[in-house]
Amino acid sequence: MTLNQLLVFTTLALIAAPFFNSRWRGWTLMIGSVAAIYWLQPSTPIRNLDFWLPTATLGLTVLVWSLTREKEQENGPRADLIAGIVLLVTVLAIAAMRFLPFQITPSRPPQLYQVLIALVVLAAIGLILWRTASGKALSLNIGVASILLLFIVLKSHPLAENASAAIRGLTGQSTDLANAFDIRWLGFSYVAFRLLHTLRDRLSGRLPNVSLRDFTTYVIFFPAFTAGPIDRVERFIGDLENDFRLDASQTILGLKRIAIGVLMKFVVADSLALFALDPNNVFQTESTTWMWVLLYSYSLRIFFDFAGYTHIAIGIANLLSIQLPENFDRPYLKANLTAFWNSWHMTLAQWFRAYYFNPLTRWLRGRGWSITAIILIGQLTTMALIGLWHGVTWNFLIWGLWHGLGLFLHNRWADFAKSRITISNQAIANIGGALLTFHFVVLGWLWFALPELEQSLYALGILFGGGV
Amino acid sequence: MNSTKQDRSFLFQVVLRATFLFIALNAIFAVTPHELGSLFLRNVSIYNTLVPGRERLPFGENPAEAYNLSLNNLDAMFASHVIAGTPKVDDEFRVVLIGDSSVWGFLLENEDTLSAQLNKQGLVNDAGQQLRFYNLGYPTISLTKDVLLLKRARHYQPDLVVWLTTLEAFPYEKQLFTPLVQNNLDKVLQLLRSDTLKIDPNDPAIIQPSFLERTIVGQRRPLADVVRLQLYGFMWAATGVDQYIPDSYTPRAEYLEADESYYGLLPGDLPEETFAFGALELGNGYAGEVPVLVVNEPMFISQGENSDIRYNFFYPRWVYDAYRQLMAEISATNQWNYVDAWQAVDNTEYTNSAIHLTPRGSQQLASFLAEHILDIANNPD
Repeated sequence: MTLNQLLVFTTLALIAAPFFNSRWRGWTLMIGSVAAIYWLQPSTPIRNLDFWLPTATLGLTVLVWSLTREKEQENGPRADLIAGIVLLVTVLAIAAMRFLPFQITPSRPPQLYQVLIALVVLAAIGLILWRTASGKALSLNIGVASILLLFIVLKSHPLAENASAAIRGLTGQSTDLANAFDIRWLGFSYVAFRLLHTLRDRLSGRLPNVSLRDFTTYVIFFPAFTAGPIDRVERFIGDLENDFRLDASQTILGLKRIAIGVLMKFVVADSLALFALDPNNVFQTESTTWMWVLLYSYSLRIFFDFAGYTHIAIGIANLLSIQLPENFDRPYLKANLTAFWNSWHMTLAQWFRAYYFNPLTRWLRGRGWSITAIILIGQLTTMALIGLWHGVTWNFLIWGLWHGLGLFLHNRWADFAKSRITISNQAIANIGGALLTFHFVVLGWLWFALPELEQSLYALGILFGGGV
Repeated sequence: MNSTKQDRSFLFQVVLRATFLFIALNAIFAVTPHELGSLFLRNVSIYNTLVPGRERLPFGENPAEAYNLSLNNLDAMFASHVIAGTPKVDDEFRVVLIGDSSVWGFLLENEDTLSAQLNKQGLVNDAGQQLRFYNLGYPTISLTKDVLLLKRARHYQPDLVVWLTTLEAFPYEKQLFTPLVQNNLDKVLQLLRSDTLKIDPNDPAIIQPSFLERTIVGQRRPLADVVRLQLYGFMWAATGVDQYIPDSYTPRAEYLEADESYYGLLPGDLPEETFAFGALELGNGYAGEVPVLVVNEPMFISQGENSDIRYNFFYPRWVYDAYRQLMAEISATNQWNYVDAWQAVDNTEYTNSAIHLTPRGSQQLASFLAEHILDIANNPD
């Protein structure tokens, strides 16, 4: 999200707020979010892909909704049919902007008939799924597997490159120029988490009835579309159903969060980015001191960038009377790694805890594994998966394992120390713990900031005395 | 009063005060004398304090990879240079080099620029003073830009100014071409008020900012550039990189157009007033007691197609020959220290332009100039 986009979103939210009432609010948020995801989508070198990717996001959303929908919903199919038609008309209207001198998409949308055919096919598939597969365990599991497969393709360089070549072939562009970065699918990571959450909750029978309109708004809610937080659908629709009340205190709160976010992201993080460790400067840096400076800068930058975005997302959502969950709580000041992960990207950690760690540890416990082994396997694999969520590379895997191992060691140490060690000065212990935790996390960023193993090892060598 | 009413009143107060502060700060910034800003920028810089000063003036077309950027604030530029943080000592004979991108060292690492090559020579004058060279070259070709830098360089007590130039810096239409000149109105107007330069101070190329353009909002880009220059200082200190040098580049043109014209002039037509020789006079004047060595810089001589008509991409033969003759005559008339180095470098030692040198070319030029510089250093009066 650029500063201009942020300004537009904030202004529109403030202008639109007085005209909202409970009836129109849901529609405005859905249509607004649909338009926003097309506007936010960056351009791609593949023809029209910057139109098709947001369309695919909507397509996935509709298909997953079809799979998870209760056959008999309160409002009946009429409300969902209207929502489907509104979605269709909105996308067609965005596509029809190809006839105007300006578009909200980065490039001119494709031919209208192509869009119409795609939407009709999508609607037909959605209808068939709804009629035949809705709520069935097999179809829900296939849905989960399909999203995971798509995720793996997009996050793995060789597969993404092959996918790019395939799409280039379809559009008649040179496949020789195919690149893993061609498919810049904005927001997909977060959309995937929301969709997996709804599929899993439907499987376990915990998913409430959600209309197509509210489901779509939940999945693509524009303030949280690019960088989270990852909300839960039942909480989100609760907010949507509440009466909309934007009073002065909520406006102050929203604007304050936005202002803090802008300061963190566009001033602090963007400034730190100018001298943060990256693949371009790693081999140019030969001094131990400066390597530490660059690594500290990266560590602070990633926090201020991410936490800044979260403030902005929560602030804009506030103006729309949606209370998004918090994602950060001063993580670098935490006294241990477990506390760090309870305060860094909290909604992601909670997601993995709910849908992976807890089921896994329950399953292992049921098979009589020892506590130590359960914790080791649970922490290592959870963090490895969180690492791989960022990209299927060795460095992300190592980053995940580094944290997994750290969490395991902290867990065991805490268990050991609980009954054996008495801390006389808690403040000093907290400061020492925070410093140790911070540096553990900072060293972990070496694997995150740099894409190649060789680069990380070089930097590690310089950090610990290999420099001049 | 209920809480909603209180909140509304608070919100109104905040908006009102914020608006007032915003307008007031912008207005104060716009009317603040430029000298005050200069004083601040000259004294507040991370260079030469937290990080080492730069070996050459900041310039960069690719900031993310060069850790350097082009800006137009002379105070911030000089404050980032090593010369600003190097007090002159008794046994130093300070030489500043001014000129275009060939002096700045386009496609050259810092250790290969002309000033670095001259420093490597370890020159010492008869008085036992070590000659220490500072690179104050700046890419873009314009004598007026050079005069601007020369005038500013006087603050750093040079004992000698070596001014390398080429014919392309002389046409009047090039004088106001560079953004550095266009965006330093007050300093340029001081130059233009002198009749010597014969440039209209009201030339539309000179940017005269309006009141709004002088506010913080209007100046946000230049202000951000100053901040970015400071932040890139960390990368400069960490890496020593201040220029993105690609692995390969398009070499200087060997095959040339059969075009004899030069800025609308045709053979036999070279009125002296076409060129800003006055800028040389002005520069020498600003140098005052400090001797100036004017150098006609080396250039590539093409052997390819149409090389009988042109020397290279820049110059038809006739105009360059006439310019050299004119330079020699004017220098002699004005008793300037002048050296013609146009063939001081092997033809193979040019990179992507007819004036950009390889490290070896830079070394050859340094060796050629050393003798002339030492002559002046031994007899500065």
